[in-house]
Amino acid sequence: MPDIRLTPLGAGQDVGRSCLLLSMGGKNIMLDCGMHMGYNDERRFPDFSYIVPEGPITSHIDCVIISHFHLDHCGALPYMSEMIGYNGPIYMTHPTKAIAPILLEDMRKVAVERKGESNFFTTQMIKDCMKKVIAVTLHQSVMVDSDIEIKAYYAGHVLGAAMFWIRVGSQSVVYTGDYNMTPDRHLGAAWIDKCRPDLLISESTYATTIRDSKRCRERDFLKKVHECVAKGGKVLIPVFALGRAQELCILLETYWERMNLKYPIYFAVGLTEKANTYYKMFITWTNQKIRKTFVHRNMFDFKHIKPFDKGYIDNPGAMVVFATPGMLHAGLSLQIFKKWASNENNMVIMPGYCVQGTVGHKILGGAKKIEFENRQVVDVKMSVEYMSFSAHADAKGIMQLIQYCEPKNVLLVHGEAEKMEFLKGKIKEEFHIECYMPANGETCTIATPVKIPVDASLSLLKAEAKRYNSLPPDPKRRRLIHGVLVMKDNRITLMDLSEACKELGFNRHILSFTSTVKLDDPGPTVRTIEKLYNLLQEKLSEWTVTLLETRTISVESVEVKIEEESNDQRHKKVLVTWSNQDEDLGAYILGAGDVPAEVTFHRNNEVNQ
Amino acid sequence: MKLYCLSGDPAKPCYVISFKELLIMLDCGLTAQSVLNFLPLPLVQSSKLANFVNWIPSRDHDPQMDGELKECCGRIFIDSAPEFCPPVDKVIDFSEIDVILISNYLNMLALPYITEGTGFNGTVYATEPTLQIGRFFLEELVEYIEAAPKANLASQWKDMTHLLPPPLCDLFKPKSWRHIFSAADVQNSLARVKIAGYDEKLDIFGALQVTPVSSGFCLGSSNWVLSTGHEKIAYVSGSSTLTTHPRPINQSALKHADVVIMAGLTQAPHVNPDTMLGELCMNVAVTLRNGGSVLIPCYPSGVVYDLFECLSKNLDNAGLSLIPMFFISPVADSSLAYSNILAEWLSSGKQNKVYIPDDPFPHAYLVKNARLKHYKRIYSEGFSTDFRQPCVVFCGHPSLRFGDAVHFIELWGNNPQHTIIFTEPDFPYLQALAPFQPLAMKAIYCPIETSLNFQQANKLIKELKPNVLVIPESYTQPPSMAPHKADLVIDQMQDRQVITFKNGEVIKLPLKRKRNRVYLSSELAQSLVPKEISPGTTLSTVTGLLQVKDNLHDIQVFDESTSDSKANVPSCEHVLKKTKYEWGTLDVDMFMKLLVQDGITNLKTKQGSDGSLSIYIPNEKTTIRIDDKNTHISCGGKQSLRLKLRDFLMKCIQTF
Repeated sequence: MPDIRLTPLGAGQDVGRSCLLLSMGGKNIMLDCGMHMGYNDERRFPDFSYIVPEGPITSHIDCVIISHFHLDHCGALPYMSEMIGYNGPIYMTHPTKAIAPILLEDMRKVAVERKGESNFFTTQMIKDCMKKVIAVTLHQSVMVDSDIEIKAYYAGHVLGAAMFWIRVGSQSVVYTGDYNMTPDRHLGAAWIDKCRPDLLISESTYATTIRDSKRCRERDFLKKVHECVAKGGKVLIPVFALGRAQELCILLETYWERMNLKYPIYFAVGLTEKANTYYKMFITWTNQKIRKTFVHRNMFDFKHIKPFDKGYIDNPGAMVVFATPGMLHAGLSLQIFKKWASNENNMVIMPGYCVQGTVGHKILGGAKKIEFENRQVVDVKMSVEYMSFSAHADAKGIMQLIQYCEPKNVLLVHGEAEKMEFLKGKIKEEFHIECYMPANGETCTIATPVKIPVDASLSLLKAEAKRYNSLPPDPKRRRLIHGVLVMKDNRITLMDLSEACKELGFNRHILSFTSTVKLDDPGPTVRTIEKLYNLLQEKLSEWTVTLLETRTISVESVEVKIEEESNDQRHKKVLVTWSNQDEDLGAYILGAGDVPAEVTFHRNNEVNQ
Repeated sequence: MKLYCLSGDPAKPCYVISFKELLIMLDCGLTAQSVLNFLPLPLVQSSKLANFVNWIPSRDHDPQMDGELKECCGRIFIDSAPEFCPPVDKVIDFSEIDVILISNYLNMLALPYITEGTGFNGTVYATEPTLQIGRFFLEELVEYIEAAPKANLASQWKDMTHLLPPPLCDLFKPKSWRHIFSAADVQNSLARVKIAGYDEKLDIFGALQVTPVSSGFCLGSSNWVLSTGHEKIAYVSGSSTLTTHPRPINQSALKHADVVIMAGLTQAPHVNPDTMLGELCMNVAVTLRNGGSVLIPCYPSGVVYDLFECLSKNLDNAGLSLIPMFFISPVADSSLAYSNILAEWLSSGKQNKVYIPDDPFPHAYLVKNARLKHYKRIYSEGFSTDFRQPCVVFCGHPSLRFGDAVHFIELWGNNPQHTIIFTEPDFPYLQALAPFQPLAMKAIYCPIETSLNFQQANKLIKELKPNVLVIPESYTQPPSMAPHKADLVIDQMQDRQVITFKNGEVIKLPLKRKRNRVYLSSELAQSLVPKEISPGTTLSTVTGLLQVKDNLHDIQVFDESTSDSKANVPSCEHVLKKTKYEWGTLDVDMFMKLLVQDGITNLKTKQGSDGSLSIYIPNEKTTIRIDDKNTHISCGGKQSLRLKLRDFLMKCIQTF
């Protein structure tokens, strides 16, 4: 049986650095090409030497698919395409194509200019890389080459996030990227049809979490922010420039409006305006409500939220600041954190997942002292709140997606091992399908039964359907199809025997038999035929027994005739003729006289006695 | 496969095809030319329109009909709410339609007539821009007509058409005309539309796949490809090979179809849209320089976007950049806003702008700078204060029977300084102007339609190479506006069949289905042992369990049911499963050898004159007759002997 092979280069039993290699039907596809935010060394990029020890990988990879613009899904793309070397096609959605290069450039600046790293990709490399990108729209069926077909589905997670269905031959895979099964303030819920893939590759960030209702979490969040600013504290919300930030901004904006609050809210990133322009232009990717109202009121024009200036960090009094990046691993959010952390009046709200190694991860783990590279130590006295606003599917959502698309196998990535283990158990229990969770560098081989497409002659199918429909309905009745499979010029065709003979012009050889039985049955021949006919009809209820005008009984190719012997009314010679295919039937009819109930035949095989 | 033609206007197509027991409607265009026979609906009481005299027939005068017909400059108009000519409803029961495929927003305006109150229960497919912009068109239409209600509805005249002068006496079945649908009907009808993306393969009950592919004509416009594993039908409607704002046409998806149905060619085949655009810009400039204003009747989306772009540039170059442009439509704001969020549906030049990020259409910029101002209606807030002349006004409706355009004609009609420029070719402009005659303002006809002209269509057909081409009959004769231009037809070619149809006709399309896709399970496939019967051709008999679900045929291995009550009666399943077929010639030498080896030596052989060989075993009264194609055993003897002979024969012949 043909296989589907999958090897995570990143995100295998881990969050961050999503990069999966998928092989099926002789094609190799790279799913996402992300970087790890928790590392500053070579571990931050996937290990591409797994593909080829050295040199470009173009000849080994047929296409690259990027699910969304988060750097843990596309951060290594310029490195892979420009520094390792890849010239093949890269597929992503239009919003991803628009936003990804900005985030990449942003990250490059932080890495090169702030951290002084060398051997990093350049601005030009990002541009060159984006030239290789082919943008796709939702549900569009794209033929990568004559064998690979891909199709994007809405994934919710961030603007332009997509799940990809990939088909090679008769095998198919769905890769979810990150997705969200509940609609939020600016994005809709992920959706997929019943595409029944051989394999579903799902993220599992929140494999064990079942989050309470969104409304409760929002109320909680607003209450905490309000309490903190009411007592003069400062609230730091580390976010990524695009995505969660917009949702929380809409949330705070409407709350401030309703409660008539005057505390300043700042959004500390140059991207804001640009980001909001993208949201406006790709409004078809947001949720129904925003799409409906955008003509009259753009949800992304904020009244209360003002741009942040670094000078404000030391301003006295309450304020709320959104700052990037979201995991407190670098940049402005970390800078503000260092300043505000030691004041117990202040608060930091982590609205999303933090990968291991980041400051965000440490403080969420309860660390009270954070040591930095330059030996600087910061006491964490501010309150640390975690609010899961990050738009990933929770356990319920993952199960829901499996139910929607009915995969034959599930493979979990982008999550922590123990949590995956738990979810794996649940999936196996509930859906009775195999579930895999390979670690990085480990290859999963999934056997898939294939169906062989064959062209069947319509007359053969119609004849079967006619036969089937003429019988009284019976749910237990099985439909049988019988024909000849012709393999010629790489085409496989199923047809009727006579069609095959005609089309291929070969000769059948008909093998047939005639046997004679002698019967003792007084009376006219017509009577005997009738008796025989009734007997056969009763015995062979499954078959069509017909009495022809020529006083011949026929069942399939079997013909029963009585040869009248002149001047002998008593003894009759019965001739049974059949072709080799009906041997069983012919032999049975020949012997049918064995146990005649009402009809008594004196049966004698040995005619010459 | 059959095609039902429900619309006589190839520019507003509505066809139904029956295929694989499904009824698929292709477009539902609304023929609106009927409204030209009605009096315009003014926004305010118009003394001019109110003063038209009643028209009374010269004989058989029925006083009941008085007031229904009015006369203006020798033409007769019906004084009633305008009526439309919906698709023919007698040929097919709309409740039985399974699917409606819409190719563009101009070809869906009859949708509420089809889906509402007819028992229709199918699915409508359209692209997102088609749905959105189609909604604008429908809402605008309903709003225009509902805003100027008529006190009396005329209907008596329909019984009297034989008494009326032309063109009213030649009208095609005016009794089938209908009043405009309600806003609720529009909402309900559009709620049935399912959105499809370009190149999305939509499964229709497992019987076929339909795919919209870009047609290059307008935002979201599509041609439809209907395919099964073996047949391919392409419906080409409203296509353009010119470069304007929409995504370019996808030609390769239409290639090598068994059947191409083509409609929606340009209604102005005798002119070039680029020349017309130049002429338009020139006339606008001339009028403005002379202190006059320009009225351009338009639809709320489409070519009007290109007009904004070109005209504003042209006015800039002509030093007329201070002249305001007004866009008045109940859906003007939505139309302008939507056009700039549909980047995925635009030409690559416009698409690339969003990556900067910048608005793809310059009208966003024109609106920001107040060069282009838009209002819902002329009585909307701000319009009267902003309005100043000279100016350029874009507003509906191109028929000049309703909408704000009626007001502007009344306002400007008597002044020869002003100009009205017709760009939409849906209505003959002289007929559109008829109730406003005599008219002093200049009228210029610059039809701008980017859909295929005959030359482009012929070129496209040549490239697509369909087996059969299906077109409206009118495409085989030069158009009525240019009857001597013999090149304005679809070429008849020898290498393909061309079938034509007329309004209300049902025609048979020569698409004979011969094959259907089935799937063998790998288990079944592995159990087969194919035999080569000639070099490169192998055969194997297959007996399997057929499962048909959602029109998908799967063939699997079947296990014989063990619960057979009559154990000794051969079952159908059993016999079929064992069946193999013999072919070729029998190896007679080997057969003789086997007989001898078994000790059957008392044989008599006889060569027949026909080349056959008969072997007689006298002890058993058994004859075996062998020729090239047959072997027959007449066995008078024991069954055991027959079975033995059968075994021998099977060893001497090939089977599959």
